[in-house]
Amino acid sequence: MSDTTRHDRLIGELAATLRPVRRLPPPWKRAAGWVVLVVAIGVGLLALAGSDIVRHRLAANPDAWLAVLGSALTAPLAAYAAFQTSVPGRNPRWALLPVPAALLWVGASGFGCLRSWIAPPSRDAVEPRDCLVFIVCVSLPLAIALVLMLRRACPLRPGLTATLGGLASAAAAATLLNLFHPFDVAATDLAIHAVAIALVVLATRALGARALGSRTT
Amino acid sequence: MGGETVEARLAERMQAAQEGDAVAYRQLLRDCVPVIARTVRGLGLPPDRVEDVVQETLLTIHRARATYDPARPFLPWLRAIARRRAIDAARLTGRQGAREVHDPEAYEGYASDGDAASEAIERQDRARLVGEAVAALPAGQRQAVEHLALADRSLDEAAALTGRSKGALKVNLHRALKALRTRFGGEPGEDV
Repeated sequence: MSDTTRHDRLIGELAATLRPVRRLPPPWKRAAGWVVLVVAIGVGLLALAGSDIVRHRLAANPDAWLAVLGSALTAPLAAYAAFQTSVPGRNPRWALLPVPAALLWVGASGFGCLRSWIAPPSRDAVEPRDCLVFIVCVSLPLAIALVLMLRRACPLRPGLTATLGGLASAAAAATLLNLFHPFDVAATDLAIHAVAIALVVLATRALGARALGSRTT
Repeated sequence: MGGETVEARLAERMQAAQEGDAVAYRQLLRDCVPVIARTVRGLGLPPDRVEDVVQETLLTIHRARATYDPARPFLPWLRAIARRRAIDAARLTGRQGAREVHDPEAYEGYASDGDAASEAIERQDRARLVGEAVAALPAGQRQAVEHLALADRSLDEAAALTGRSKGALKVNLHRALKALRTRFGGEPGEDV
C-alpha cells in the first residue's frame, strides 16, 4: 500500500469516527478547580485544628511564615505549570514557574531549622513519622485528582507534567501540615519532610507519567 | 498563498472539526500530512520511519483535538505533536537498534524446511478460511480482530478509530478468539 493511500485510509477512518468535542478550558481555570479542592480540604482541617493554635504559632514565629508562604505559592504555581505543559504547543519553560516559590520554601525551612539548632524552642513534640504519614496521605488524593484532571488534555511530556503535579500535591500537603506542626522544625523533622515530599513527587512521576502517557501514545 | 492565510484556514477547519464537521476534518488532516512530514524530516528521522510518524501524529491529533484553542495559532500546536512523535520514534529506533541485529543475508540464506510452493498454497487456504471466519463474526468482535489482531494496532489506536472503550475491545477480542477456536475445532483454551 502506498504511503498516500495509507494516510488517506487512516484519515477516512478518523473522519468517519469524528464526534463533536468540548474544548478544554484554559489552564488557569483548570488549575483554579484543583486549588478549590485544596482550599476545601484546608478549611476542613483548619476546623479540626482550631484557628487559635495557628494564630498563636504565627505570633511566636512571624518570620517562619516565609516557609509557609513558599509552600503555599509553590502548590498553585506548580499546578498551573502542570496544566500548561499538558497542552500541546505550550512552552515547556512553564515548568520553571514554581521554582522561585519552591526555593523560598526550601530556603526558609532551612533557616528555621538552623535557628532551632542554635536556640531550641520549647514546643510540643511531634512524631516525625506522623509528618510523613500526613504528607503522603493528604498528597495522595490531591495527586490522583490532579492526574485525572490532567488526563483530559494531551501531555506530550508526561514525565514533566506528572512531576509538576507531584510537586503541587506535596507542596499543598506540606502547607496544610503547618496546621498541626510547629513552624520551627528540627533537622530530623526537615529531613522527614524532604523524604515525604520526594516520595510523593517520585511516585506521582512514576505512576502519573504512565497514566498520562497512555492518553497520548 | 501566504503563511498567515494557511494558518487561518487550518485553524478554521480545526474549529469546525471540534464541532463535528467531518468534511472540514478530512481536509484539515490532508493539509496536515505535508506539514508533519516536513517537520519530522527536519528532525533527521530515517526516511523509512517518516510515514509511520505521520500516521502516529494523525492519531494523536485525533485524540488531542479538544486541546486546541482557536484563539491561538494552529501550526505550533501541530508541530509540537509531530516533533514529540518523531522523538518517540527516534528513541524506539535507538532501543531496537541496540537489541536487534540487522542481517538480511543471513535471513535470505536460511534454508526452508518444506516445499515453498505447497506452503504458499496452504498459507493462502488458511488465510481464506480465517478471513471467512472473521467476516462471520458479530460486528463488534470483527472490529476487535481486524484492528487489534490483523492490523496490529494498539488498544488506544483501535479505541480511537472504532469509538469503543478499551475494555469493550478487549472483551470483544476475547470472545472472537473463543469463537474462532471453536470454529476451527480447537479447545476453547488452546491458541488459534
